[in-house]
Amino acid sequence: MIPTPMWRRYARFFGADPVADVDDELRFHLETKTEELIAQGWQPGEARKEAERQFGDLRMIRNVGKAFGQKDQKRKRFNDYWTDAQQDLRYTFRILLRDRGFAAISVLILALAIGANISVFSVVNSLLLRPLPFPESNRLVWIAPPPSECGLSCATYSADAYDEFRAGNRTFQDVTGYFAFSTADNLRLRGHGDPVPVTGLDVIGNFFQVLGVQPAMGRLFTADEGRKGSQPAVLLSNAFWKRQFAADPNIIGKPISLSGQAGELVTVVGVLPASFDFGAVFAPGTRIDVFTPLYLDQARDWGNIVTLIGRLKPHVTAAQALDDANRIAPDIYFNVKYPETKGRYKGDLIPVSLKDHVTGALRRSLIILWSAVGLILLIAGVNLSNLLLARSAARAKEFAIRSALGASRSRVVRQLLMESFVLSSAGAVLGIALAAILLRWLSHQGSLALPLLSSLRIDGHAAGWSVLIVTFTALLFGFLPGLRMSRVNHQEALKDSGQRAGLGRTHERLRSTLVVSEIALACVLLISAGLLLRSFLKVLDVDLGFRPDSAASIKFDYEDSAPTFEAAAAKRGAIFQQALTQISALPGVEAAGIADYLPLGPNRQWDEPAPQGKTFARGTLPSPLVYVVSPGFFRAMGIQFEGRDFTWADNLQSQRVVLINHSAARVYWPGESAVGKILMRGKEADHVIGVVNDVREEDVEAGTGSQIYYPATQQDPAGAQLVIRTSLPPASLATGILHILRALNPRQPAAEFRPLRTIVDRAVSPRRFFMMLVGAFASLGVLLAALGIYGIISYSVTQKTQEIGVRMALGATTGRVRRDVILSTLRLAAIGIVTGTVVSITSARLIASLLFGTSPWDMTTYLVMMLAILAVALMSGYLPARRASRVDPLAALRIQ
Amino acid sequence: MVDTKLEFLRGTLDVLILKALVWGPLHGYAITSLIRGHSDHALLLEEGTLYPALWRLQSKGLLAADWGLSENNRKAKFYRLTSEGRRQLHHEIKTWEAYATAVAKVLSAKEPSLSEVAK
Repeated sequence: MIPTPMWRRYARFFGADPVADVDDELRFHLETKTEELIAQGWQPGEARKEAERQFGDLRMIRNVGKAFGQKDQKRKRFNDYWTDAQQDLRYTFRILLRDRGFAAISVLILALAIGANISVFSVVNSLLLRPLPFPESNRLVWIAPPPSECGLSCATYSADAYDEFRAGNRTFQDVTGYFAFSTADNLRLRGHGDPVPVTGLDVIGNFFQVLGVQPAMGRLFTADEGRKGSQPAVLLSNAFWKRQFAADPNIIGKPISLSGQAGELVTVVGVLPASFDFGAVFAPGTRIDVFTPLYLDQARDWGNIVTLIGRLKPHVTAAQALDDANRIAPDIYFNVKYPETKGRYKGDLIPVSLKDHVTGALRRSLIILWSAVGLILLIAGVNLSNLLLARSAARAKEFAIRSALGASRSRVVRQLLMESFVLSSAGAVLGIALAAILLRWLSHQGSLALPLLSSLRIDGHAAGWSVLIVTFTALLFGFLPGLRMSRVNHQEALKDSGQRAGLGRTHERLRSTLVVSEIALACVLLISAGLLLRSFLKVLDVDLGFRPDSAASIKFDYEDSAPTFEAAAAKRGAIFQQALTQISALPGVEAAGIADYLPLGPNRQWDEPAPQGKTFARGTLPSPLVYVVSPGFFRAMGIQFEGRDFTWADNLQSQRVVLINHSAARVYWPGESAVGKILMRGKEADHVIGVVNDVREEDVEAGTGSQIYYPATQQDPAGAQLVIRTSLPPASLATGILHILRALNPRQPAAEFRPLRTIVDRAVSPRRFFMMLVGAFASLGVLLAALGIYGIISYSVTQKTQEIGVRMALGATTGRVRRDVILSTLRLAAIGIVTGTVVSITSARLIASLLFGTSPWDMTTYLVMMLAILAVALMSGYLPARRASRVDPLAALRIQ
Repeated sequence: MVDTKLEFLRGTLDVLILKALVWGPLHGYAITSLIRGHSDHALLLEEGTLYPALWRLQSKGLLAADWGLSENNRKAKFYRLTSEGRRQLHHEIKTWEAYATAVAKVLSAKEPSLSEVAK
């Protein structure tokens, strides 16, 4: 056996060497055996040989030993590491428990920042990153004309256009759509007691097949059910089935009474899955209870009423789909079948991915929001870095002792990283809980007109994101102090008695830099939030054209079945007049009127009236939005008008009359009064009896186009919304008004008054939502920055207690001391604010598209926000300043 | 002294090692001597095969090892029983006794009872 070289033995000082161990062990055995044999009288050489013979296959056994040794070694090393880590962890918990205040503040800051980040990530994930909840949803497209200002009618197609497009295209696997003009609570469910208002939607028979939605129970519509005269069928939404039918498992095949006006039995053929939420995708903030087949043949003369949604054939690109759509566009009757309108009525058909149609408009807002929470995370990280740095300064002695006892530099860094990791993990756990609460609340905000909200949840991606965030924050705010600590001169630290512990100026400079960057980041956030807030105020300040306050509306369900159009108009006029007369007589009612559509909701247009005696170039005449209203409507809405209102005497026997808005009047009769002029619609002459204010029709932030009002006594309204203006709370009038409506029509369902304000609130809710979130983040950022300032100033005051004491003993006044401290605060704040403002000015363009009536470089906002942050900085610097000025010179000197 | 040298049954070595360590820590050489002595040199043990068994028992946690000085004042690796090893030894001894009793019963049988066989 070859003897072990000396260096191997030497090397064993540095830990176990499994190979050498095996050799040693076997060598001992052989040597002892040899000696024993010699003692028995063997010759030394022979004895050695005999010992090896009795031992067996030495080389094989040695190899076995090596393998065991190495395995053992590995296990031991892992055990050691684990023991160390456990030790670090236990120590960390002990330290953090001792510094409870510090730990609580850190965890809270992190929880807020991480919670905000996970919430926003989940929103971004649900709205932008995750595909729509349909199979192969990337092949679904929304087909629409280029954006225009003529409302829903311009975004929809006629039944003929649908048929022609479906037959003529080559790139689509199938095309479907739905009736775009449905209104809330357009149906009644009757069975027991009061009829229940139900929102129904007519969809083209293949709607669910094209989307790829499978029923939870029963079946989808058959091709036959899209024809008039077939057995009426209905599909229930999952929520409605649960709510109204207590999730009855035997509902399929049952007839239910579901109708608009005349009583009608329809058969439930299926229940849709809970995962299908029509409103979430196609009409944010609305709820659809039931789906019925759209009778295309009957709809043929209704003009533009259906949306177009297509599913592309596999492997078809967007460009191919666009070419295909443009190719067939000229052959399509875009409106009803008048030969002269063929291929003329609208521009192109543009297929866009359904996902873009649903969430495209929100992309920028969400990215801004995401950046804002990213800034919050940075600020929180910087803040904690600062806190840890201050704390590590106080712990310099502890680290000095540890390193004197043999802790390596990496061990010190590891300890600090462990602490920051424990803190961020705790912050993350709390943050996820906060985010879950916030998301739960958000996803139940029915009034928030944002798509896909109901699908908000913390999923695997969000969890992964939070792990990323925790790692990032742990490194960000643990590494810097760790690095600084490991560089500290420990001898100095041990010698020094006080808290200053040999850290000195560079340390303070680092902390100041951190605070300055914190203020700068907060400043950027605050200025963006300020710009958004100003935009929001501008939006609220928009002249809507009507006065939403002190007015409310309720759906009026009247019975107007009559053999002829004339008879129906007469009957309707009588019912409206009776209802409005009685309601106006109620105490507290100032005005009452009826219209089929209200502003900021669905709308439509009919055709292109032309002023009598004038010629316009083709295509230059507007196609106004159409409202059919009763006398009194304008006063009830608070819409100002000149000329006269409709009266009950304006009926089919009298002259045809209309009111138009200022925009229309300017186009038809520029520079002249429109009152008394005549508008021609085909052969019919409509006398303009008044001009009304422009009313915001679709969106508070968009401009208004031409609008035209017809009397409900001469035109057929699509429905009836009763509007009342009252000085009393509308709810107090509900009983009286419902009583009157019931007397006129026993089928009138119990409905609630909707204050007009809610219509406006809903319309501005996305902007309010974003503004509130960005505002909240900005406040959080400012709060964190204030904490940062407070932290560093009070820390430096503590450090300079002796210096201040000496100065005061030498005659410095308290005012002077206080001023010095405040000045140093101001210096930090000023640098931060200037940096932040410069960054804001250069980056403001990014949020320009989110602003309304506000310049991205709006001076007022910048000044106000800069002053605000300066004030916050002063406040957080004031407390330490006051403490500094109260230093007792004698006490301070005695410390030394 | 028996003439025939007995080969080890599978697992026997382990239980003998455990038993050898009952009175205190021993190094490998001492274990071989002890087994040889107590079996009156009946058990044939190729000394080297002892070590893989020792290492295996150590990695199972039944034995622990420390370096120490031998009687002849040399550095040697001493094995001792862990509490786990002691438990294992008791268990093995019981198994062995049951096994030996059963084998002995069969070997000492005089004549097969037909009724027993028919059962």
